[in-house]
Amino acid sequence: MSKSAFAIAAALFVGTTVTHAAGRNHIEIVGSSTVYPFATVVAERFGQSGEFKTPKIEATGSGGGMKLFCSGAGVNTPDITNSSRRIKESEFDKCQANGVVDIVEVLIGFDGIAIANSVEADQLTLSLSDLYLALAKDIPNPDGSETFVPNPYTLWSEVNNTLPASKIEVLGPPPTSGTRDAFAELVLEGGCKQVDWVKDLKASDKSTFKARCHSVREDGHYVEAGENDNLIVQKLSANSNALGIFGYSFLEENEDLVQGSIIDGQEPTFETIADGSYPVSRPLYFYVKKAHMGQIPGLEQYLAEFTHEDTWGEEGYLTDKGMIPLSDEKRSEIGTAVANATPMTMD
Amino acid sequence: MNNTTTKRNTTDIVKAGLAKRYARERRFKLMGVAAVSISMAFLAFLLISIFAKGLPAFQTTYIKLDITLEKKSLGLPEEPTAIEISRARYDKSIKKALLAQFPDVTKRKEKRMLYQFVSSYASRQVADALVADPTLLDTTASLWVLADDEVAALARQADYTLEKKDKQTEITRARIEELKAENRIETRFNWLFFQRGDSREPEAAGIKGAIMGSFYTLIVTLVLSFPIGVAAAVYLEEFAPKNKLTDIIEVNINNLAAVPSIVYGLLGVAVFINFFHLPRSAPLVGGIVLSLMTLPTIIIASRAALKSVPPSIADAALALGASKIQTITHHVLPLAMPGILTGTIIGMAQALGESAPLLMIGMVAFIVDVPTGITDPATVLPVQVYLWSDSPERAFTERTSAAIMVLLIFLIAMNALAVLLRKQFERRW
Repeated sequence: MSKSAFAIAAALFVGTTVTHAAGRNHIEIVGSSTVYPFATVVAERFGQSGEFKTPKIEATGSGGGMKLFCSGAGVNTPDITNSSRRIKESEFDKCQANGVVDIVEVLIGFDGIAIANSVEADQLTLSLSDLYLALAKDIPNPDGSETFVPNPYTLWSEVNNTLPASKIEVLGPPPTSGTRDAFAELVLEGGCKQVDWVKDLKASDKSTFKARCHSVREDGHYVEAGENDNLIVQKLSANSNALGIFGYSFLEENEDLVQGSIIDGQEPTFETIADGSYPVSRPLYFYVKKAHMGQIPGLEQYLAEFTHEDTWGEEGYLTDKGMIPLSDEKRSEIGTAVANATPMTMD
Repeated sequence: MNNTTTKRNTTDIVKAGLAKRYARERRFKLMGVAAVSISMAFLAFLLISIFAKGLPAFQTTYIKLDITLEKKSLGLPEEPTAIEISRARYDKSIKKALLAQFPDVTKRKEKRMLYQFVSSYASRQVADALVADPTLLDTTASLWVLADDEVAALARQADYTLEKKDKQTEITRARIEELKAENRIETRFNWLFFQRGDSREPEAAGIKGAIMGSFYTLIVTLVLSFPIGVAAAVYLEEFAPKNKLTDIIEVNINNLAAVPSIVYGLLGVAVFINFFHLPRSAPLVGGIVLSLMTLPTIIIASRAALKSVPPSIADAALALGASKIQTITHHVLPLAMPGILTGTIIGMAQALGESAPLLMIGMVAFIVDVPTGITDPATVLPVQVYLWSDSPERAFTERTSAAIMVLLIFLIAMNALAVLLRKQFERRW
């Protein structure tokens, strides 16, 4: 009995290996978990036409994706990496050194970061400065001297007396997340720069400035809630005192449970993120290896599908998923660059 | 006299202490009962919450639309082939059909909202219907198409008063009522869930891709770890000399069984992907990594099974002139087989539930196409659970629980098989 079962299994094993030994015929995509929900929709639509296989997408995080992407050229490396920030100079150099010379950069749209609480509680009106003072590890000394002190605040009302006297409790992503990077850069640094002498520090001592302005407090007022944004939404609806930090698409899907706080006078909505008035939004990119075009079947067509007006346009299906589209000019400019496969330069 | 007093005293002491001893016994039993009931309560809580959340995923909602399918407006030639029909886009025809169903919608924003009434998978369904029956072209066909997940959730609810009221849901509800009155909306069993791979639309997402991925991965694991594990066990038990080296090997095998599985994932990525250039995300690599993980379990179980075969049987075979290899293959191994198979199945069940090492080798990915071989990109059941739990759409919560149910059913079936084998074939001496 076990003999025949074993023979069948062995035959299956050998058979499948032989038939699939030839080169790769599907697109491989890695990268940001923020771009993942958008890229997967495009990939699925692309695959539905039946002409090409559906691309395979792994959510490795922006940094992890870049590492895989830049590890070399050739069919056993990914063709595309998604990123919720622009490629860094160091990553670009590493790519060049490893033979990934021509890279096509595609800016696809924007994603807002919402700072939200349960609909049971009142909507908060915050400024970048409030958020910085409430969440930074060290803050400029409140007595006005040019030194940093460990963050003394425990209640929102201590940060700004117009805010409620409730405990500062913010659920957010861990340091490995692109959302956290963007939060540090846009919110904390944004609030940090509003103090004049700290702003001067940026010019004189960049690394100290970054260390001071990008560090989130670790004394329990900022709770690392993992990469799972759904979990944060669930925790918020259970705890109406807490605030949560997550992508706009999750806010849009859960509007009956959570509400976005007003930041610097702007509510996170489709319109305010699109016109840039909502201060906490970030660009979404993907990067393509030009050398793989023509080698991997369907790569050009995938790019064409992504940059099609029905996809990333103002009425495209990506906007249904919560992505904020680029302006018309930007779209046509990038669309042309993609169609001509113009490689990027670092400037 | 003296003697009787002491006797009475002893009895008295025993009698006096008896209540205390009984109480102690009762407390001990009670603690045991409490421990069992706490664990049962946890299990019940887990199962009930999974089932309560997951059951809606097995139902899906269909809407009947009168779709006008003109070859000309679809961009099809006069005599279209099946491939051309399959590749045409039917979104526009479906949108027109929706507008025809609800003629009072005129504003652009309202139209956009209405278009989200049906799933984006509907286009595929229309294409499939046309491939099956091309005569529907150039007619107005009444076709059942999949509704959007949010519409499905609303249509299932009997009691509307519980939900919070906002304008958009009110409109959607009114439309559902309208469709219900015309018998154009229907809740059916969700066969798609078992027929399709992953999807970004919860209503069109299925578990088949993950099931097939798990199947191919486990096949690779079985083909590698069973023969290697049994061979290693037979050698160590029957042939290996007793010395320092075999002692070290034995200690190592026992320790390997306790190594965290993510370590095997790291090994897999370094050796099989970076060095041997095997494809990422393939069940082939997943199976190899998992077989590294299950090997110690199988070796330990097989050795125990071989050890439990009485030496008298082997001695009898040898005495009758059988060679060592004949003794093992004809007598010892068949008698040990139920135990070996039980160990193997338990090892396989462990491998089925494993996701951490697969993270490293790229099997945590969005894969739509159902894999057809061990080198196709694939994902497995526990990974699918993880991926769905991370998706923003609310209906994926149901899909997550449903996927857990499928995974549990497979695990229970495998463990039941192991128990059955043991009960049926194991012999006690």
